[in-house]
Amino acid sequence: MSKVHVKLKINDQEMEGLCEPRTLLVHFLRENLSLTGTHIGCETTHCGACTVDLNGKSVKSCTMLAVQAQGANVTTIEGMANADGTMGALQEGFRQMHGLQCGYCTPGMIVRAHRLLQENPNPTEEEIRFGIAGNLCRCTGYQNIVKAIQHAAAKLRGEEFLEAAE
Amino acid sequence: MIPGTFDYFRPRSVAEATKFLHKSKNASVLAGGHSLLPMMKLRVAAPSALVDLAGIAALRGIKKVGGNIVIGAMTTQHEVLASALIAKHVPLLHEAAQLIADPQVRYVGTLGGNVANGDPGNDMPAVMMALDATYKITGPTKRRAVKARVFYKGLYETALKSGEIVTAIEIPVPGKHGFAYEKLKRKIGDYATAGAAVVLTMKAGKVSACAIALTNLGATPLLADAAAKALVGQAPDDKAIGAAVAAARAIMDPANDTRGTPEYRKSVGGIYVERAIRCAIAAAAG
Ligand SMILES: Cc1cc2nc3c(=O)[nH]c(=O)nc-3n(C[C@H](O)[C@H](O)[C@H](O)COP(=O)(O)OP(=O)(O)OC[C@H]3O[C@@H](n4cnc5c(N)ncnc54)[C@H](O)[C@@H]3O)c2cc1C
Ligand code: FES
Ligand code: FES
Repeated sequence: MSKVHVKLKINDQEMEGLCEPRTLLVHFLRENLSLTGTHIGCETTHCGACTVDLNGKSVKSCTMLAVQAQGANVTTIEGMANADGTMGALQEGFRQMHGLQCGYCTPGMIVRAHRLLQENPNPTEEEIRFGIAGNLCRCTGYQNIVKAIQHAAAKLRGEEFLEAAE
Repeated sequence: MIPGTFDYFRPRSVAEATKFLHKSKNASVLAGGHSLLPMMKLRVAAPSALVDLAGIAALRGIKKVGGNIVIGAMTTQHEVLASALIAKHVPLLHEAAQLIADPQVRYVGTLGGNVANGDPGNDMPAVMMALDATYKITGPTKRRAVKARVFYKGLYETALKSGEIVTAIEIPVPGKHGFAYEKLKRKIGDYATAGAAVVLTMKAGKVSACAIALTNLGATPLLADAAAKALVGQAPDDKAIGAAVAAARAIMDPANDTRGTPEYRKSVGGIYVERAIRCAIAAAAG
């Protein structure tokens, strides 16, 4: 099978690689480009661990071909820190609110929450839960993930989040 | 899980796409890929080539043309939800889109893919039947239009012929009406265990027009014609609603799968038809 030259912009950097048309975006990121922050959980479009931001949309990269992402603008968990290398608001929120335990779901959760907060900077708890319905966590029970996102949302709005983690 | 090998083609126009589909033996259209790619990963589907419609601008967008809302086939569920035009003129579609899958799937999954897929678990086909929508289709040599109500022929079997593409979905804007889409699912993001769409008009305390369609209660989405007729011309009291529910249950023939036994699904199917009818009546009266 002949290979396709895929070029895309990832975390503000031009990247490229050769792959078969059947190569899934998540494998292209992890194996061709060595960006292993994006995880593979279920590989069946259910868990959201593989979520990346693609042209301003959260997508499950296990259910997209790398060739479909040709020319796209992609953000992965590796692009979530501040420019100076310190933790971004969501990363800080997850740390402060204990939004992770094993951490397997965290890259997908953070990348998804990033788009959610871009679209809705001041979400209610219900809107957060509806907004992360495509991301499964087997550890936390979600309570502290919701708080982590609220923490980040408050910080991005220049406010302080006063609740404690559960 | 990786799909089998295939060629990938990204045409710039519908004509180019249909031409390619026509001359290739076992090619599939790729829209959002959120039904097709999972099936290819399981090797249930193994097309020799994929014709990706993502590069065809003419297949996108939501417009009001005369008395119709016309939605390009490649419009995503996310775009449907964000559309003020749809929320205003066909609120049933807005309500149903919200009940499909999860945010990630809605960003990518398209309306055209949802109606063309032919899986009885898809929510949009019943909604389109209830709204009496028409699918605009382009083939290698000609164009045609097929009503949603006669499009579904069997499990994964539709009126689409080889080389044909659904280009748009045309929905006649209903007049003042009540509507509901009631869907039972095991968890958020799941396909329906049972679902019912109702569009209904009231005049002087009686139901003057009604359409009812069912999701995942047979090998195809079902138009519950007799159920709707049981309500038309009646004051919607318990007796009339009971007769409609019984008529809807009579055509249900759900599969025995992980979502339940046929008996269970017919039982809850009736309950969801009743809920949708009562909801639509309340909305139509209000
Ligand atoms: C986790 C998960 C949960 C889901 N839950 C639901 C749910 O609750 N309800 C629901 O309705 N759906 C659900 N889906 C399915 C989802 O909505 C799909 O996106 C949709 O069924 C197909 O749309 P698509 O654009 O992804 O099409 P594709 O997967 O690209 O295509 C599906 C089929 O339709 C054909 N096709 C696509 N577009 C056209 C066209 N324009 N003309 C002709 N043929 C075409 C393709 O060749 C293919 O055979 C779920 C999917 C996932 C992964
Ligand atoms: S790995 Fe993609 S959704 Fe689970
Ligand atoms: S922290 Fe372990 S799966 Fe979410």
